[in-house]
Amino acid sequence: MALKIVKGSIDRMFDKNLQDLVRGIRNHKDDEAKYISTCIDEIKQELKQDNIAVKANAVCKLTYLQMLGYDVSWAAFNIVEVMSSSKFTYKRIGYLAASQCFHEGTDVIMLTTNQIRKDLSSPNQYDTGVALTGLSCFVTPDLARDLANDIMTLMSHTKPYIRKKAVLIMYKVFLKYPESLRPAFPRLKEKLEDPDPGVQSAAVNVICELARRNPKNYLSLAPLFFKLMTSSTNNWVLIKIIKLFGALTPLEPRLGKKLIEPLTNLIHSTSAMSLLYECVNTVIAVLISLSSGMPNHSASIQLCVQKLRILIEDSDQNLKYLGLLAMSKILKTHPKSVQSHKDLILQCLDDKDESIRLRALDLLYGMVSKKNLMEIVKKLMLHVDKAEGTTYRDELLTKIIDICSQSNFQYITNFEWYISILVELTRLEGTRHGHLIASQMLDVAIRVKAIRGFAVAQMATLLDNAHLLTGNTQRNGICEVLYAAAWICGEFSEHLEDPMQTLEAMLRPKVATLPGHIQAVYVQNAAKLFATVLRKHDGETESQAAQETSQLLIDRLPLFVQSANLEVQERASCILQLVKYIQKLQQKNVEVAEEVTALFAGELNPVAPKAQKKVPIPEGLDLDAWINEPPSESESEDEKPKAVFAKEEPKHSRSRHTEVDEKELARRREVRKQEQANNPFYIKASPSSQKVYDAPGVEHIPVVQIDLSVPLKVPGMPMSDQYLKLEVERRQKEKAERKKKEKKKKREKRGKERKADSGPESEEDITPAHQVDIVTEEMPENALPSDDDDKDPNDPHKALDIDLDKYVPYCRHLQFIHVLHIIKPTVYWFPFQKSSKHKKKKQKKEKEEKEKKKKKRHHHHHQHHSDAGGEDSVQNGTVEEEEPLPVSQSHSVSLKQEVKVYDIQGNHQDESKVVVSVIFENKSDSFLKSMEFNVLDSLNSKLQRPEGAGAHDSLTVPFQLPPGVSNEARFVFSVQSIIMPQKLKGTLTFIVKSDESSTHEKLDFKLHFTCTSYLITTPCYSDAYAKLLESGDLKGSSLRLEGINMPFHHLLARICFHHHFSVVERIDSCASMYSRSIQGHHVCLLVKTSDQTVSIDAKCDEPSLLGNVLDEIKQTFSKC
Amino acid sequence: MIKAILIFNNHGKPRLIRFYQYFAEDMQQQIIRETFHLVSKRDDNVCNFLEGGSLIGGSDYKLIYRHYATLYFVFCVDSSESELGILDLIQLICFFVSVCVFVETLDKCFENVCELDLIFHMDKVHYILQEVVMGGMVLETNMNEIVAQVELQNRMEKSEGGLSAAPARAVSAVKNMNLPEIPRNINIGDINIKVPSLSPF
Repeated sequence: MALKIVKGSIDRMFDKNLQDLVRGIRNHKDDEAKYISTCIDEIKQELKQDNIAVKANAVCKLTYLQMLGYDVSWAAFNIVEVMSSSKFTYKRIGYLAASQCFHEGTDVIMLTTNQIRKDLSSPNQYDTGVALTGLSCFVTPDLARDLANDIMTLMSHTKPYIRKKAVLIMYKVFLKYPESLRPAFPRLKEKLEDPDPGVQSAAVNVICELARRNPKNYLSLAPLFFKLMTSSTNNWVLIKIIKLFGALTPLEPRLGKKLIEPLTNLIHSTSAMSLLYECVNTVIAVLISLSSGMPNHSASIQLCVQKLRILIEDSDQNLKYLGLLAMSKILKTHPKSVQSHKDLILQCLDDKDESIRLRALDLLYGMVSKKNLMEIVKKLMLHVDKAEGTTYRDELLTKIIDICSQSNFQYITNFEWYISILVELTRLEGTRHGHLIASQMLDVAIRVKAIRGFAVAQMATLLDNAHLLTGNTQRNGICEVLYAAAWICGEFSEHLEDPMQTLEAMLRPKVATLPGHIQAVYVQNAAKLFATVLRKHDGETESQAAQETSQLLIDRLPLFVQSANLEVQERASCILQLVKYIQKLQQKNVEVAEEVTALFAGELNPVAPKAQKKVPIPEGLDLDAWINEPPSESESEDEKPKAVFAKEEPKHSRSRHTEVDEKELARRREVRKQEQANNPFYIKASPSSQKVYDAPGVEHIPVVQIDLSVPLKVPGMPMSDQYLKLEVERRQKEKAERKKKEKKKKREKRGKERKADSGPESEEDITPAHQVDIVTEEMPENALPSDDDDKDPNDPHKALDIDLDKYVPYCRHLQFIHVLHIIKPTVYWFPFQKSSKHKKKKQKKEKEEKEKKKKKRHHHHHQHHSDAGGEDSVQNGTVEEEEPLPVSQSHSVSLKQEVKVYDIQGNHQDESKVVVSVIFENKSDSFLKSMEFNVLDSLNSKLQRPEGAGAHDSLTVPFQLPPGVSNEARFVFSVQSIIMPQKLKGTLTFIVKSDESSTHEKLDFKLHFTCTSYLITTPCYSDAYAKLLESGDLKGSSLRLEGINMPFHHLLARICFHHHFSVVERIDSCASMYSRSIQGHHVCLLVKTSDQTVSIDAKCDEPSLLGNVLDEIKQTFSKC
Repeated sequence: MIKAILIFNNHGKPRLIRFYQYFAEDMQQQIIRETFHLVSKRDDNVCNFLEGGSLIGGSDYKLIYRHYATLYFVFCVDSSESELGILDLIQLICFFVSVCVFVETLDKCFENVCELDLIFHMDKVHYILQEVVMGGMVLETNMNEIVAQVELQNRMEKSEGGLSAAPARAVSAVKNMNLPEIPRNINIGDINIKVPSLSPF
């Protein structure tokens, strides 16, 4: 045995530690992977040893390897072992490893609950700290639920180091277990005024994070934050608060008005750039929220814009970046103020830093007007040419398109110019945004009727020069534009000058190398062009041209018939047969043009994206009704659930009915398919990968590869610049004409003329180059107005949307509920008073008290009866709502002390002793001292007094309370029987010392011990559970709850959380649960649910305890 | 919220990573590579903010980084954090690392966090980081407080380490003797740290 120990320690002497491992890896640069794999083998050996030091060392090395990307989840159990070491050194290593590699899917996490709880209540603050830090990284919903109360207790720990960590981790707990938010919130709020700045900062942090997601629930805290903002000197806290106000102001404009002044002061006074920047940001947010209501804050806007200009002009790139970022926010509501800095922003477009250029681009978006659009786009086009790196160029491209197409092409006066810009953009090499350009082309061509002729001509040229776009393999993205080009040429072929030439261009063998979906469009539109050609030559007898066209199609289409792409093949073979038939008819001199054209007749109108959804259901149409009776032979068992299903979710069943009349619809579907093929709005979002298909007959055709590295000037294509020139000329002409007219007018009616037209022309003066008819999107008649909420249902923060001001009955109950423990002392907590939550109530009482004061000037007793049962707090709950905006309201409470019991800890080893933690908070302006705590003992429960003390003696509270300070004291009670809930009356006496005098005061309170508070969450395995039930020692009782309208797992979670049960087994809507009292009574529950009824069958070896527990459960649910 | 803290060198080798949201190991490495790719191609005289990468974050997230000699310190944060504040925080952390782990660098400029120091004391740097950022939220920014807490914990470790870790230490000390590049072992407890009164902003 001794030998083994010696051997163990010798082995250990030669173990590598972390430094050795790192050094080894550095020395094996060539065969790092091999070296690490031997190291992992060594680590595996080390983990097998009993010595915890060796294990910790191994885990420490694993943490390093995890950083290098090695999966170390296999060692999860060893990590838990190291975490549970009693030594801080090892514990810290274990928690570090756990925080790096544990996650919700790690199954050993279940095993850590008790260890963590033990560490949280460790007397060593650093054990607790390490556990909190680790937990913050791997907390799961289960851990959050089980440990919520332990952590809440720690929020009132005596050490600020623990308090701040506990406060901060609560955010993670809320995220994983939203139900804990409500009970924890009052305490969290208190921590905003914690004497320790670190704790305060943590509380601010958590509340800001919560409020950012659901700001409206935190409006009532605005006065408190306002106070903090004006008093705090910690820049971190200030920044957080100011950011929070930025989120709150949109909800409460009155807040914004109050904020402007202090924020402006801060902007003027602070030297910290970060603070200045956040102030400016929040002022902007305020101005945005005010912009509708308040007319004049131009001074503030000017101040912001000025400060931002200073930032942007700064040599520090970071400030420049942030300045632009904030500028873009102002832009939305006050574009005029930003537009005056156009020079600065355009200058930033030339910055060497890409992030800054991108920000400047964002700003351009809002700065365009009809007047300067062409100019700005020209500048951007220059940048496009200069830009290196595709990302930035692609960004430019999308921005150009965004700018031009914004609000329904509002700023475009000349669409010919826009089309030519789009065509110029197709020359970009390697852009990913071919489809974007394509969809713009389609959009413009369809919606602007006047431009179709020009667009078609351009597209025809594009098709003719398609080889320039596709010739270079790098340009794959751009070939998407051919899709648009082909479609436009086909659909609006009546505008084509020479359809025959375009048709020829579309049927070149090279086309077969394009992606399938583009080829398909080519083929389909070739047919349209064919129809146009026939129509053109209609009437001519024995038209040579028409027959040549047919022959061309018959010659070229077989290439597409062989395509590997189904769509192409199908369409090609269809059209080929059609053309062959037409050719036959032509040879017989039959007039066919009319009929062929009819194939493609009809006007296309754009449809609004939500049009389909908004079609109102006609009166009398029941979409859920069977059109045909369902087949009678369907089994009766199936029918019932179906009916239920249809009743509950009619939307789902809708699709089923449509199947019934499928045959009827088949014909219509065909028509629709045809429409879809022609409709550009069915354009696929992502281009399918290009398939190069070597069709026989392609290779021998000589294809001239033109591969130019310089940007191509497509012959015959117009340059957008020329439009710019033309536009300028046109405008000048117009202006001149207008001036002439005006002069005329002036002559006519001089008196009324007030326009001095020496300044820049206003927007309205610019008339579009040609009458543009922008077709609006079609909506069905009687479209239902609907605002679709696009909120992400998976957002974890959604669950935290809890209105904390609203009085919810069960929350009161929650507060006396005490949670769980397995090995360690039970933690209970329940405040005596609805203290901080019901400020109003206090204020009322204060008033009353003040009135009393007038009457009898000397003694006045504050009697705060607070009944844990909460009867009187129902009245409290009806207190009128707090006004959200009594900003800077002083909390001068005349004379007030508060007693709160947060925790009652039962000690498992000693089944009759319970520790009660009481928090004393001095809310008065006076100094409190000589506090004495006394409780009137009952037969059952006694306050433990020091030896030699009498049965009714008070216990001295071992501290004094300066104004505004709180502290915690613990008292031990001995409890005989735990089967009944109990109440104890108590009194606190203290001396109030003010400047002049000192008075004796008294405060009465009640302690309430519920039966569930004696229960301890104890896990139980299903076989042990079964044995327990079989033993027959337990007596049963049951409970039915009606109208419970919550998901089953919520129900279970609530029972677990409020009543300290643990789930043994759960099958569908049935679960068995277990708990144990501090005196060892077993309590078993079988919870079943159907519809809205929950039945609970319970068994316990102590019937009266069970009865009381069930009553309490009933109470919990009756209040929700 | 801070989503991740990444420290890697000029070649993209991770020196310390801390994710406050779970990613599998291979994903973590991909994120490091992507972040390195984004950051390393930037000049030193451009701004320190970067739109988030495709793997980590999303539209709400930003990368905020600083480049010191051979190391990149990258924070991935959402819009609730102040950009300039985080930049200061990075500076602060560098400072703590040099104060708490490598006392001998105290008289040097704190921007000279030596990569080698970081490599060999990854665990210690983690412990310091834990006192500054917890669960993705900034825990403490008061320098004196952080230094004091880290020091106390190290002292505690030292008092425990007297028993079991001694032999292993002796061995590694022997092993270290012939290697000149290795930084000396530092005992923080002995030295009284005077924190220069830098304004945190």
